[in-house]
Amino acid sequence: MTRPSTVSYPRRGDTATDPPAPGPGTARQRGRQPRPGRGGVLAVFLAPALALFLLLVVAPILVAAYASLYKWNGFGLPENFVGLDNYTRAFADPTFRGDLWRGFVLVVLSLAVQLPAALALAMLLNQPLRGRAFYRLIFFAPYVLSEVTTAVLFTLVFSPNRGLGEGVAQWLGADAGTVFADPDTVLIAVFMVVSWKYFGLYMMLFLAARQGIPKELSEAAVTDGATAWQAFRHVTLPLLGPTIRISVFLSVIGTIQLFDMVWVLTGGGPIHSSETLAVTMYQYGFRRFEVGYASAISMVMFLLSLVFALFYQRVVLRRDTAGAITNQGGQR
Amino acid sequence: MSATALRAQRTRSLVLHLICIAVGALIVVPVWFGVLGGFKDNGQLSSNPLGWPDPWVPNYLEILSNGVFWRQLGNSMLIAVSSTVIVVGSAAMAAFVFARYAFRGREFLVTLFAIGLMFPFAVAILPLFVLLRGMGLLDNPLGVILPQAAFGLPITIIILRQFFRTIPAEVEEAAVLDGCGSFGFFWRVLLPMARPALATVSVLAIVTSWNNFMLPLVVFSDQSWWTLPVGVQAFQGQYADDTARVLAYVVLSMLPALGFYAVAERQLIGGLTGSVKG
Repeated sequence: MTRPSTVSYPRRGDTATDPPAPGPGTARQRGRQPRPGRGGVLAVFLAPALALFLLLVVAPILVAAYASLYKWNGFGLPENFVGLDNYTRAFADPTFRGDLWRGFVLVVLSLAVQLPAALALAMLLNQPLRGRAFYRLIFFAPYVLSEVTTAVLFTLVFSPNRGLGEGVAQWLGADAGTVFADPDTVLIAVFMVVSWKYFGLYMMLFLAARQGIPKELSEAAVTDGATAWQAFRHVTLPLLGPTIRISVFLSVIGTIQLFDMVWVLTGGGPIHSSETLAVTMYQYGFRRFEVGYASAISMVMFLLSLVFALFYQRVVLRRDTAGAITNQGGQR
Repeated sequence: MSATALRAQRTRSLVLHLICIAVGALIVVPVWFGVLGGFKDNGQLSSNPLGWPDPWVPNYLEILSNGVFWRQLGNSMLIAVSSTVIVVGSAAMAAFVFARYAFRGREFLVTLFAIGLMFPFAVAILPLFVLLRGMGLLDNPLGVILPQAAFGLPITIIILRQFFRTIPAEVEEAAVLDGCGSFGFFWRVLLPMARPALATVSVLAIVTSWNNFMLPLVVFSDQSWWTLPVGVQAFQGQYADDTARVLAYVVLSMLPALGFYAVAERQLIGGLTGSVKG
């Protein structure tokens, strides 16, 4: 992808990579002697976004970092400094360690089941097929439903005695009414509902990326004697790489903070067997008013996201030139 | 094309259709169960979960004739529209500056916003709650609107900035020659030209706000401010034994989102794929 700056206003920051301006003198002059009141313009245009962002996004994260070092019930100012005790307590807590493990399981399931299925469906819907626009519309529809609505719907679908799941199970001679009540099955059940809602999103991303790849490439491979599978494996799949890597990223970040779905479906139970970091944080922060401890859990979520994002950007996304997450600055 | 090739192609397309129908059924059947279930009573739900209701029970009418559902619908709309106006307005201004001015610290600021992309509510909800309580914004719609707008800034700025950069410098030069200042150019030239991008980010912001649960859950203890997701969850808690009635409530709360999707499908999908591709 070419950098869009070739058509934008000449800027002082742009040097070697910019195309030569029509007349270097005019460009430099415009850069050095900006329009009247330039500083004022910058301030006025940036102020609302910066104020909102600093006050309501950056400040809370800093407050969480600070509060995580205190034993604090959320009222008054935190005074009882405990150092890293909240963190050591968390890592000794079986529920918290279970959260990490369950998060890991959910990520693995997404990568092993949800994303490949979405990719397969995207490839399928890329074929000439009558009614594929309709199928696409249906497959993506769950994404617009809220996690809460989805979760309540599925609670009822699997509600004992009068749910759809129960009906189907009776028909098959099994017992499906307890999938959310059995510690052995609940995490899988939650994963299925999450996938129900989100696979359409990934399918859509893959489909859009697939349609951006010229047909000629895989056709040429087939002409040269590749099977359809080889053409997919060695031509299409590598070209989908950037989108796949972004999808993995979104999936991991989404899993780290999974809350709504779990909270409504199971509340984290039975006996913590579907609890996530966000649910544990909510329990301690809003139910037991152990705000310091809950902040430490928030910070772990934050650091997990941050470390993962930095690692991912360094190691995995480095080669991808395009993308909101890889090309933030757009100037490097 | 030979007959065998044609037959092979037919079989292939039949298989593809069957797969699509199977996946489609996984999506449609639970929703359809909900739609029909809303017309049943609990006895019918257990004896006849998938069949036609007999008799038809007026669960939907009961909910629609009660003010609570409408109130929650109104709250959701008010909050979604306000959040969207604020986030798109302030993000457009910032994106304009980021796209078309060079200044010291620009890359730092852009990166700062971009990092915000990775940390939605769950991470910040607790200190946010303490902060909102300190500012007296609990049980106040602004307590949901402003944080939602703030958390929507990163994605909105990134999409709009990309778009603004594609507008040629000549357009701005022409506007300046015609006597436009920075504000005039932004308001009278750039924003009208950016209408498709603005529609995209607005749709994203509306859907995000509409589906938000955690923030309204902690901010509103006063029921009269509840949004639909909070209301649905509470309704389920209140009528846990009355599955049919809860189904009716869930289905009604889905309708606005599905209707909106039908209208704004293109912007929504364009926005999601665009935000990933850049």
